[in-house]
Amino acid sequence: MADDTRTTSPQANSTERADLAGARDTSDTPGHGGIAGSRSRRPAAETAPPEGRWGTVTYAWAILTSMRTAIILLFALAIAAVPGGLVPQRPTSPFQVSLWKQENPTFADLFEVLGVFDVYGSPWFAAVYLLLFVSLVGCILPRTSVYLKALRAPAAAPPRPVPKLSSAVPATATGSVEDVLAAAQRHLKRKGFRTRRLGDATAGTIAGEKGYLREAGNLSFHIALLGMLVTMAFTNLMGYRGHVIVVEGQGFSNTLTQYDDLSAGPFFNANQLEPFTLRLDMFKVRFEASNVQRGAAREFDAKVDLTTPTGGTQRLDLGVNNPIHVGSTDIHLVGHGYAPIVTVRDGNGEVAFSGPIVFQPVDGMMRSAGVVNARDARPDRLGFEGYFLPTSVSDENGIRSVFPDALNPELVLNAWAGPPVPETGRPMNVYVLDKAGMIQLKDATTGDLARMRLTPGDTYVLPDGKGSVTFGGWQRWTKLQISTTPGAWVMLGWLAVAVGGMTISLLVRPRRVWLHAADAADGTVDVHAAGVDRVDGRSGVADDRDALLAAVAVPVSAESPATAPATDVDEGSTR
Amino acid sequence: MTAAQLSNLAMVSSVVLYTLAMLAHAAEWAFSRDLSAAKASARTSVAVGAGAPVEEPAPAVDPPSTGSSLRIDKAARMGVALMLVGFGVHLVSIVARGVAAGRPPWGNMYEFVTAASLLIVAGYLLLLWKWGTRWLGLGVALLAAVLNGLAVTVFYVPVAPLVPALRSVWFIIHIAAAILAGAMFNVGGLAAIAYLMKTRAEAKGTVKGVLAKLPAHAVIDRLSYRVLAFSFPIWTFTIAAGAIWAQYAWGRFWGWDPKETWSLITWVVYAAYLHARATAGWTGRRAAWIAILGLALFWFNFVGINLLVAGLHSYAGI
Repeated sequence: MADDTRTTSPQANSTERADLAGARDTSDTPGHGGIAGSRSRRPAAETAPPEGRWGTVTYAWAILTSMRTAIILLFALAIAAVPGGLVPQRPTSPFQVSLWKQENPTFADLFEVLGVFDVYGSPWFAAVYLLLFVSLVGCILPRTSVYLKALRAPAAAPPRPVPKLSSAVPATATGSVEDVLAAAQRHLKRKGFRTRRLGDATAGTIAGEKGYLREAGNLSFHIALLGMLVTMAFTNLMGYRGHVIVVEGQGFSNTLTQYDDLSAGPFFNANQLEPFTLRLDMFKVRFEASNVQRGAAREFDAKVDLTTPTGGTQRLDLGVNNPIHVGSTDIHLVGHGYAPIVTVRDGNGEVAFSGPIVFQPVDGMMRSAGVVNARDARPDRLGFEGYFLPTSVSDENGIRSVFPDALNPELVLNAWAGPPVPETGRPMNVYVLDKAGMIQLKDATTGDLARMRLTPGDTYVLPDGKGSVTFGGWQRWTKLQISTTPGAWVMLGWLAVAVGGMTISLLVRPRRVWLHAADAADGTVDVHAAGVDRVDGRSGVADDRDALLAAVAVPVSAESPATAPATDVDEGSTR
Repeated sequence: MTAAQLSNLAMVSSVVLYTLAMLAHAAEWAFSRDLSAAKASARTSVAVGAGAPVEEPAPAVDPPSTGSSLRIDKAARMGVALMLVGFGVHLVSIVARGVAAGRPPWGNMYEFVTAASLLIVAGYLLLLWKWGTRWLGLGVALLAAVLNGLAVTVFYVPVAPLVPALRSVWFIIHIAAAILAGAMFNVGGLAAIAYLMKTRAEAKGTVKGVLAKLPAHAVIDRLSYRVLAFSFPIWTFTIAAGAIWAQYAWGRFWGWDPKETWSLITWVVYAAYLHARATAGWTGRRAAWIAILGLALFWFNFVGINLLVAGLHSYAGI
């Protein structure tokens, strides 16, 4: 139980560390440090810039690639990312941004200038992560070359003669020095150590080293980070993402004009749009009706007829966590709502508008806001705005929806009328009624504002013979996201390399052991074995050392292995 | 009694048991108030062996305080026993919750917190068994009692099915990894706090009583590092699994959703911790502070972001 606590005991380590402090700082040995690996351990900023034309450049490079700078840049990255985690971001939630700006007018302009509403696209955020990645390159390159050299090098020689190492354990063996060393070498090779023979036939040392994979794992992790950055840039340059609202029974054809919104990288080309059409045949949604989590969504299931030039028409299920893939294009279900079916007749008795019209949900119970714009109504054009309430309840708190499913649907509208205006061709927001030049209609007898509350099938006759409104029923609509993510599989590869590399670099224990054998006066062989764990927070080399010793010799009983410190502090590694 | 009722009863019982365990450990610490630094370090040096230059053999039992040593040991054993029973009851509660819901019991904040605290206690018991880290008992018992207490009083929601957004095999993988990594962040954070207390006392020369009972600062530091170095790849995997799920379910592997952003911030801070440990001038107390900052960020990401900021990770309230 206490074995490990023992081996990490303070006195042994702290005294050794004090001894070695000088050696460590001047050491140019490549570290096989913690997961962070090792960079120049002496803070670069404390040394004066060297003379010469390139002095300043190399000095700046040394500072940038120092571990201390890396830590500061990591913190800078963390801090720079914070505002985007608190303030709504335009690329993901533009509506929330405008809402936030209305609620916080004090900061709105300042934040706009600083790019707080698009942190991750802002130059200062890019500056931080690009500096971090330059620093990373500056770390990876030298370490890779050092590692490649270390891979070809034989096992490291002991820093001091083995008997003088503090972890050395003495023992006695019979036979010749040559036999002992050969047995030690066989043992180490069998255990997977790289070995090296030093010394001569009367006094020699076998060095063993193991755990080279750690640095490989560590380097691959850091390279994978670079790979992710590049892949992410590629994805953003080449990919696109668009949204379209499709009402039940209606369709969508994958061309640029059919999208409600579309954001694409600079290298995206509209010709790359996958040719397909789809029709939303039916959309089923089920909500929790019991008292626990009442109203929470339980099931979304859209039946979609997908038509492609090669595959004909197929019936597919589309749902949350159940996207449709067409070639490299993904179709996701990202939203849903109600589209009340409204027929507007004008003052002349003609149908000025008819059909389902998309209302946007504004709360969890699917109270949905929308407008009906009958621009073609004559003699007066008509406009309506109001709410669709799927499960309408009206009490002292007003009219509201109490359940997201359409159990008691009601359409509540205000009416506006005005003289016709010429068609301008300007794009209009279909969710906002432009009331310029229009007046709100009032009830002829009471003088109150005309406000209609319709259940399916109801018709409301507008005052002053301006026409009528019929609420024919309702349909559901779905919001589809259609996107490509070029490089997603490459990203997956990098993720695997990163997680795998990191795991390797934390599991593999690089360690060195040495066994020294010398002829003793009495004809036996004096043996000493020692070892060093080469990374932060690991121990266990004592077991390797003791096993090595046991393979060749009998321990000297006066000083059993258990009394020696488990490990030497490695002079080359970080700690 | 239904499984859901059993789960609730067991969860409340676990709060009581962890509180009792905490009191037992508090008593252990209170009884050790008269322990001096010299005695404590003598005890440690027994374990050190030949490495230390000068050694005094420490007496097996310190004659003047035999009674107090016995009392200390009794209280500590009681604390461990209560913790074990608490863990058993806690485990029953979680399993019963899963049975009642018919799915892995980590679908809302209540379930996440109680599962995380279960793993915190499990991690502590494992460390106790392997390395004898009984000194963590007080902190772990306090944390488990507080977390389960908060879960029962603030986060509690009755058993309910998952919303469609969570119905995926990635729900099991992604959340389970998050819980495991988060639990180990907590254990590592507790050790970092202990490390700061110990080194502060050492610097002021006031190592006695409770602090003398703590192992040497290097031992605490190493334990904290090991636990955090274990959790970091799991946290990385959590984010990676989240990215895979996001690509599948939302059509993008990374979208700067608030939860994603704060997970990355937490990750970056723990990365800074690991780098700090290998950098002159950043080891020791400074690294420990970074570990505690990382833990604070983890909890903020869980509680603050879930309750304050709307995002794709908001599911049906708490």
